[in-house]
This record gives sequence, C-alpha cells and structure tokens, in this order.
Amino acid sequence: MNWNLFLTELVAGITHGSVYALLALGYSMVYGILKLLNFAHGDIYMVGSFVGFGLIGVFGGPTSLSVNSWVLLFVMLLCAMLAGGLLGVMIERFAYRRLRAAPRIAPLITALGVSFFLENSAQLILGAQYQSYDSYDWHGGSLWSSGFDLPSGVHVGLPQVIVVVCAVILMVLLTLFVQRTQLGKAMRATSFDREAAAMMGIDVDRVIVATFFIGSALAGAAGVLNGLVYQQVWPYMGFQAGLYAFIAAVVGGIGNLPGAVVGGLVIGLAQSFSIGYISSTFGDAIVFAVLIAVMVVRPSGVLGRAAVQKV
Amino acid sequence: MTENEQPGADQPRIGVDEWVASHAGRSQLGRIQRELARVPRPAFYLGFTAAAAFLPLVTSNGYVIRVGFDTLLYMLLALGLNIVVGYAGLLDLGYVAFYGFGAYGYAMLASPKFGIHWSTLAVIPVVVVATAILGFLVALPSRRLLGDYLAIVTLFFGQLFVTVYQNGEAMSFLGFTRQYDVTGGTNGIPDVDPFNAFGTQISSLRGYFYAALVVFAIVLGLVYLVDQSRTGRAWKSLREDPLAAELMGMPVNRLKLIAFAFGAAIAGLTGTLFAALNTAVFASDFDVPTLITIYAMLILGGAGSLGGVIVGALVVNVSLEVLRTPGHATWVFYGVLLVTLLVKLRPWRVLAAVLGGTIAFGYAAHAIASATWPRGVHGTASVGGWLGSGLRGWVLHPTDPQLVGNIAFVILVLAVLWLTTLKGWAQKAALVPTLYLAAFVWENRLVVEPSITRLILVGVILIVLMNARPQGLLGTARVEIV
Repeated sequence: MNWNLFLTELVAGITHGSVYALLALGYSMVYGILKLLNFAHGDIYMVGSFVGFGLIGVFGGPTSLSVNSWVLLFVMLLCAMLAGGLLGVMIERFAYRRLRAAPRIAPLITALGVSFFLENSAQLILGAQYQSYDSYDWHGGSLWSSGFDLPSGVHVGLPQVIVVVCAVILMVLLTLFVQRTQLGKAMRATSFDREAAAMMGIDVDRVIVATFFIGSALAGAAGVLNGLVYQQVWPYMGFQAGLYAFIAAVVGGIGNLPGAVVGGLVIGLAQSFSIGYISSTFGDAIVFAVLIAVMVVRPSGVLGRAAVQKV
Repeated sequence: MTENEQPGADQPRIGVDEWVASHAGRSQLGRIQRELARVPRPAFYLGFTAAAAFLPLVTSNGYVIRVGFDTLLYMLLALGLNIVVGYAGLLDLGYVAFYGFGAYGYAMLASPKFGIHWSTLAVIPVVVVATAILGFLVALPSRRLLGDYLAIVTLFFGQLFVTVYQNGEAMSFLGFTRQYDVTGGTNGIPDVDPFNAFGTQISSLRGYFYAALVVFAIVLGLVYLVDQSRTGRAWKSLREDPLAAELMGMPVNRLKLIAFAFGAAIAGLTGTLFAALNTAVFASDFDVPTLITIYAMLILGGAGSLGGVIVGALVVNVSLEVLRTPGHATWVFYGVLLVTLLVKLRPWRVLAAVLGGTIAFGYAAHAIASATWPRGVHGTASVGGWLGSGLRGWVLHPTDPQLVGNIAFVILVLAVLWLTTLKGWAQKAALVPTLYLAAFVWENRLVVEPSITRLILVGVILIVLMNARPQGLLGTARVEIV
C-alpha cells in the first residue's frame, strides 16, 4: 500500500472537509429553523471568498504584503464573515421572510432564484475568469513551505493547518454560543417548535435573523479558508460547494450541528479518496452517486433520527 | 412550520362580502374575462397553434423562425415540467437531464459517432421510451422522499448527468485498460443526422419549425386530455395534500412515477428535435442555467395552468432573445418600465409626478455632471435614432463605464430593496432617483453584457414572482380554507 498517497489524500480530505463542515453548519442551522433549503448559501461562501481576495489586493497583493500576514488573515476572516452575515440577513429579509407561510415549493424556487441572481451579478461585476489567492507566493513563499512533515515525508502546509485550526475555533465558538447563551437557547427552542417558541415569548424574527447572520458568517469564513488552500475563486464556485455542504448536512442528520461537522469531514474525505484512488474525472460523479444512495436509503442522515411527521 | 397559507390581499378571502367579491364580474374588464371564460379551452390552444403555423409564411427571416423554433422547444419543455411540478407538485430539479438524455440519445442513434444511422421514425419512439424509463428509475427511489429531499436528489441526478456526459470520452469500466469514448466529452457529438424518414429528410429551418409545431400540437393535446382525465385530477389532489390524497385511496406512489415518466418522456422528445436542428450536442447545454430558465417560464405563466405555461415560455424566451440586440433591448426596457409604472401607480397625478420628476431629475443630473464631471457625459449610447440621442442628453454615459456601472449596479439593488420597505409618499419620492439609477445601470452596464443580463433577469423573475404573485400571470390563486 502506498502510504504517501494515502496520507496526502487524508490531509487534503480533512482540509476540504473542514471547509465543508463550516458550510454545512450554516445550511443545517437555517434548515433546522426554517425548514428551508437555502441554495444561496453556497453563493454567500463565494462572496466571502471574493471579499478576502479583494483585501489581499488592497494590502499590496500576495507577493508584497504591506502588513503582517497574520493580521491580514484576521482582517480577511473578519470582513468576509461580516459581509457574508449581512448578505445572509438581507436575503432573509427581502426574499424569504414573506414566504414563511407559503407552500414549501415557493421558498425553494425563490432560493434558486437568489442563488442564480448572486452568481450572475458576481459575474457581471467581477468577470467570469478565475482569480487566484496565490498563497504559494504569499509572504515571500513561506506560507506553504512552512508547516510540518509527517513521519513518512508528506508535507502539510501552513495554510492547511490554518484552515483546520480556524474551522475548529469557529465550531467551538458556535457550540458555546448555541449551548450557553440565551439567544442560543432561543435558537434551539425555535428549531424544535417555532410556534411554541413564539408562544413562550421568544422573538422568532430576531432568532431567524441571528441564525442567518451566524450561518452566513460561517460561510463567509469558509470562503476565505478555501481560497487560502485552493487559491482559485470564481463566481460559480458556490454552487457545487453548496451541494456538497448540503449533502454533508444531510449525512450528519440535518439540523444536528455536531452531525454537520462529521458530515463535512466524511464528504471531504470521500471526495478526496475517490479522486485519489478511483478516478480523477469521475470522482465527483462517484460522490454524487454514493450520496444519492445515502439520501434514498437513510434520508434522516447517518447520525440523525428519523423525523416523525406530524399531521 | 404551519402549512396554512395566509390569504393575501389579492386573493378572495373567506368571509368577504359576496357583493364585494363579485366586483370583478361587474367591471368592464370582468365582463371580458367572463366572456373569454365561456370559450372552451381547446379553442385557445387550436387558435394558438394555427396562428403559430403562419409564422414562417409571414416572414422569411431565418432568425425569426429560429427563435420561433426555440420558443416551441421551450414550450414543450415547460409543458413537461408542468406535469411534474405544476400538476403533481413534485419539485424536479433534474428535469433538464432528461432533455439532455433525449438529445444525446438521438445523437448516438443517428450520427457517425457509432456509425448508426437509424430512421427518425425509429429513433424517436426508442428515445422517448428510454427517457420515460429513466424518469421512472429516477422516481423509483424518490417515492419515499418528501419535498426538499426529492428536490436535492433530482438536482444531484442532474449534476451527475452533466459530469458523466462531460467526461464520457474515456469511459473505462472498473479499471479495464481499454477506454471507450461514449459521449465525446466536452466536444460533444457532432454531425448529427437531420430528421429523415422514407428516404426524405428535413433540411430547412422552416421544415424543422413545422416538425416542432406538429410535435407541440400532439403533446399539447395529450397533456390537455391527461389534465382532464382521472389521473390529472388525482395529480392535483396529490399536489394539494398528499396525505389526504392517500387517505382517499389514491395510489400516490404510482401517480408520482407516472408524472415523472410522462414529464421525462416529453423532455426526451424535445431533446431529439434540439439535437436534429443543431446537428451537435454538448453536455453544457443541459446544465443549471437551462433548468432555471424553464422554471422561470413555468413560474411566470403560472405552474399548473396549461395556457399560462405556454404564455410564460413565449414571454420569457422572446424577451431573453430580444436582449441580444442592444437596440431592441433598450426599447423593451423602457417600454416595460413605463407599462409597469402605468399599471402600478394610481392615481394618474402620482404617475405624472413620478414620471415628470424622473425626467427633470435626469436633466438636472446631466447638467450638473457636464459642468463638474466632463468624463461622465462623453460615453456612447447603446441605441441609435431619436431614442438614443434623447437618452444621451438625459442619462449619464461615462467614457469608461465599467467600474462606475458596477458600483451603480450594487447601489441599485440596495435601493430597490430599500424601496420595498418604504410606504406612501416616501416610496414615490424615492422612486424618482431609483428609476434614474436603473436607466443609468441599464445604459452603462446591463445592455453591454446581454448574456449575463439574461441570467440575472431570470433570477429576478423567480424571486419577484414568488414573493409578489406566486400563482404566476395566468394561474389562479388558491383559496386556502383554514
């Protein structure tokens, strides 16, 4: 067995999985509260990625940064999260709020429309071409060359470490928020039963806005982290990432936050190993096929409980 | 989440006085509607088909006939999607894959790719049946999936289709060394045969138009009959309340399968027409943008309404086509803006104030800009003639409009969103600069990038309609009994 290939794919899978996990958390939170598939979630991730890309340019481009790269990274994450969060809140306010009581099909089609609108507006403004974070040249090229080597000689670059560490920090913060704060408690209550929560005096509108803000902020951060490792950003990057994230949320049991993290890692690893071992061109297709099978056989997810449908 | 729909302002409400509710029936417009409602539906469809048959006779312009052909294809696709989404209420986001499957099916059976050149009369039944079976297979595991999950599984199926067909030039089965070129990959399948039967073949655009029209008439008749049949009624009850339908003894699973297979078969049939006229197929033609365009047509006309779907496909495809020529697009843009204002702004004093205000605002802005920002007025207008020269004196045309236009586009989106939160006079007052900003963005950015503008507009159609008029233009609002 080729251990180097295995370890390379493992590292790549965990990195990619962390990004998917961050995205899946937002998907899962929104679905848990509104029962809405927010197709625009992936496009918020795209916007976050472009915000980060813009900031690199503002500070002198990847090769000649005028600030410390750690400061820049922090600013990028913060701005992308803020932009993503605000965008998510606006989408909720103007596209979804009126449809809360409408039949299920209406918000779904609206979400498709929002996603399509965001993608193409981004293309209008930013152009269709790929842009690159160029993290290989970043900070005089030291970003990738620093890092550490695994015992067998597989190199783990600093960006990969940063991605995983940032993702873990954000997940811990989210867990603390959901478990320990009052708003987090209100979120859980709303997710459990919206009407009952409203009757208990919870301001459901405020909870939904907060959910969209936090979920979308995570997507914005995921956009920056993804750009750091995979470099490329382009207007249509959100669609497929959104699909994978949704599947990650489903695999973990949708509405279940630890499940979303596990689901993200599973999807990242599955994608990375099927590309490495089975077929590079059909890697995506294989993952899709496996996921369709998972959804059909166990729609409540691997970790989720089957929902009892109330009539 | 409750499934109860709040009765909106424009829908008949429970408990509203009957005299008030029947108001529409007494107005002049209502009388026309009542007379029209007396005409049997098939008469409209026959009339439309007959009128469409005259199109190649009144014009010899190949472009117009081509647009007519494309519109017929979209109408067929929308009719098929209407069965799945409009009647049965199943959100099928992989629909466009069936279209692609049909197109590739025709291309594989009638092209030099595999050296097979079947007669069209043999290919079409094979492709239609194969697509129906594929639809049946996709629906088979989807039976137990509820709304959202069905949507996502079908969406993945659509993505799977595109991925497989785009990479299908080197199919190897489980590591066997010999690789088969099945789909031609991104190069697609070229040199597809034209429609041919009994030794003759269709070679002219006009011929294809009539072929599409015949197919359209047959499918429309079929869908109409199914709509009137027991199955059609059962689908609608499934859409309204699957649980109640099941309790009433309807074979819910079988109904879902039939809807999927029927819709898929229509898409496959349309695919053969597409492949034959274009003489080549590419997987990228059957990706999400096409899907969303078909959805926009369905939603615009009103899902579940046969006439609405046809009108929706006609309106969306023709207006997207018009966007390709900046000269025409500008006329349509200002026309639509004006008509919307005429319909929406009452009384006429407000309308006059807003229109006058916008025109005055434009001239003032232009005068200020030409005094302080000379670069701002030296660009070129998108359209010639008196409209163009009029616009040049009214809208700012900066010399290098890309950056300014992009910023203005973002501001416009924010302004429109903000406008929806305002009420009364404040809204009317804010409308004036927003309209001017819209004209500015249109002239400097949108009209320059017609292919992106088309897609942005499709997205906007979906969002706006779903929020403002979910039943579409011709659909009837559902009265929800709470």
